[in-house]
Amino acid sequence: MFYIQNVTKIYPSRAKNENIVALDDISFKINDKEFVSIVGKSGAGKTTLLKLILAEEQPTTGNIFFKDQDIQKTKKSKILDLRRKIGIVFQDYKLFPSKTVYENISYVMEVMGATDDEIARDVSQVLELVGLTKRAHNFPEELSGGEQQRTAIARAVIHRPEIVLADEPTGNLDPYNSFDIMQLLIKIYELGTTVVLATHDKELINSLGKKVITLDQGKLIKEEERGRFIL
Amino acid sequence: MLTSFKRITRAGFKNFYRNGLLSATTIFIVVIVIFLVTMLFLFNSVFSVLISNIQDKVDMSIYFKENVATENILEAKSQLTEIPEVKEVKYISKEEAFTAFVEKHKDDPILIESLDEVGRNPFLPSLGVKAQQASEYQEVVNFLESSSFNDLIEKVDYYERKPVIDKVFSITSSINRTGAFASIILGIIAILIVFNTIRIAIYSSNKEISTMKLVGASNWFIQGPFLIQGILVGIFSTIITFLVTFAVCYGLDPKINAIVSDVRIFNIFTYNFWTILLIQITAGISLGIIPTMIAVRKYLKI
Repeated sequence: MFYIQNVTKIYPSRAKNENIVALDDISFKINDKEFVSIVGKSGAGKTTLLKLILAEEQPTTGNIFFKDQDIQKTKKSKILDLRRKIGIVFQDYKLFPSKTVYENISYVMEVMGATDDEIARDVSQVLELVGLTKRAHNFPEELSGGEQQRTAIARAVIHRPEIVLADEPTGNLDPYNSFDIMQLLIKIYELGTTVVLATHDKELINSLGKKVITLDQGKLIKEEERGRFIL
Repeated sequence: MLTSFKRITRAGFKNFYRNGLLSATTIFIVVIVIFLVTMLFLFNSVFSVLISNIQDKVDMSIYFKENVATENILEAKSQLTEIPEVKEVKYISKEEAFTAFVEKHKDDPILIESLDEVGRNPFLPSLGVKAQQASEYQEVVNFLESSSFNDLIEKVDYYERKPVIDKVFSITSSINRTGAFASIILGIIAILIVFNTIRIAIYSSNKEISTMKLVGASNWFIQGPFLIQGILVGIFSTIITFLVTFAVCYGLDPKINAIVSDVRIFNIFTYNFWTILLIQITAGISLGIIPTMIAVRKYLKI
């Protein structure tokens, strides 16, 4: 589905002329209906990699292909189409503070031009999936961290994306809530969606037994099917 | 398309009342600015009334020799009327001057007695001239000096009044200059304040805007609700300012009138009703929309 080919990302630094190498000549593939974990310490380049996949930033060198389509050469107007095929979950949730849970989730469907009936039907299904039916008309600030992250996951999957990118989705949560979130991501994967999970949570990865890509200081140091977190 | 428009409008209204405090603050600032612009307009009108009243009081008189025939004076009058700088020429005969003098000084027996002593009408026939502008009397004098009836003229009292006329001219032109300068400076300050207020208001939504882009929303779908919010801010600001202006003009009218008897500020308000409304709507809507669009655009570049 995604092919990351010799990607290097260098951020210019304001201090002196030292550049920061976030990703250093990385290549790997994400296949259809695969659960891929990208692991590494903070600063290893996980978030940068997700930003490149989402076309939020451009690689300094190298290419990223989505089904044979080079993202760097894609027109700006077509980038929107690409993003609509991706669901994204952030560590800090990034919910819309002035919208209710229901509106946060329905927003993506509104963007895509779904009818009001479709929205009503799908949103209530997803709310049930993430267990937030009773919270539908609350605002994000009225929710707990776990509930906010479940809302974010609901928003990420409501439009049935082909791939879900989760950037440290359990980073701000306690072990119980982390477990819930992981169960949700596994459920989404089992329903047939590709899931890319970036995390530095060792136990989470070891309990999964899925494909693991290990990054260290911007370099890809290990790629294993049924991998473990070893650093 | 229609669905998108409906959703954008609904989102704009919701954002407007859910961020009530922010909307109220923005409206408050915009109201102050529009009110300021309106006041500048009103003061400008008041000043032009005052200036034209002062200019109306300035005139010059051309006195003709005693034996000059009325026809000659009327001929001079018609020539003067044709000069573009001249606004009005009035003929005052010997008899009229006499009657006016008697009427003016009827309570002053000494003057009336001395007039009786003279035993005849000592007044000269004259033409009272009003120019369009205080600065233009010199043109009239130049015309007189080169005219065919220059010999018939006994005296022109312009020379005595020249200092007063010059003073009026310099005061009015400096009031106009200062007014224009102050308006420009105040206008710039006001616009900067509104821009900054709205920029800060939008800044609080910058992460939201980025997230919207990342979940695949088009620029218009993101900007639209902000545009609606801007329009609402403009409309509410206009309504509030208009009511405030109405109240201020109505309330201050007798007080201002007591100080300057020529000025009826409420009349100026009603006379310029549509102009004021147009100024306020234009200022309100553009101050609501333009800074918003500029501020949002900045965060759309993902």
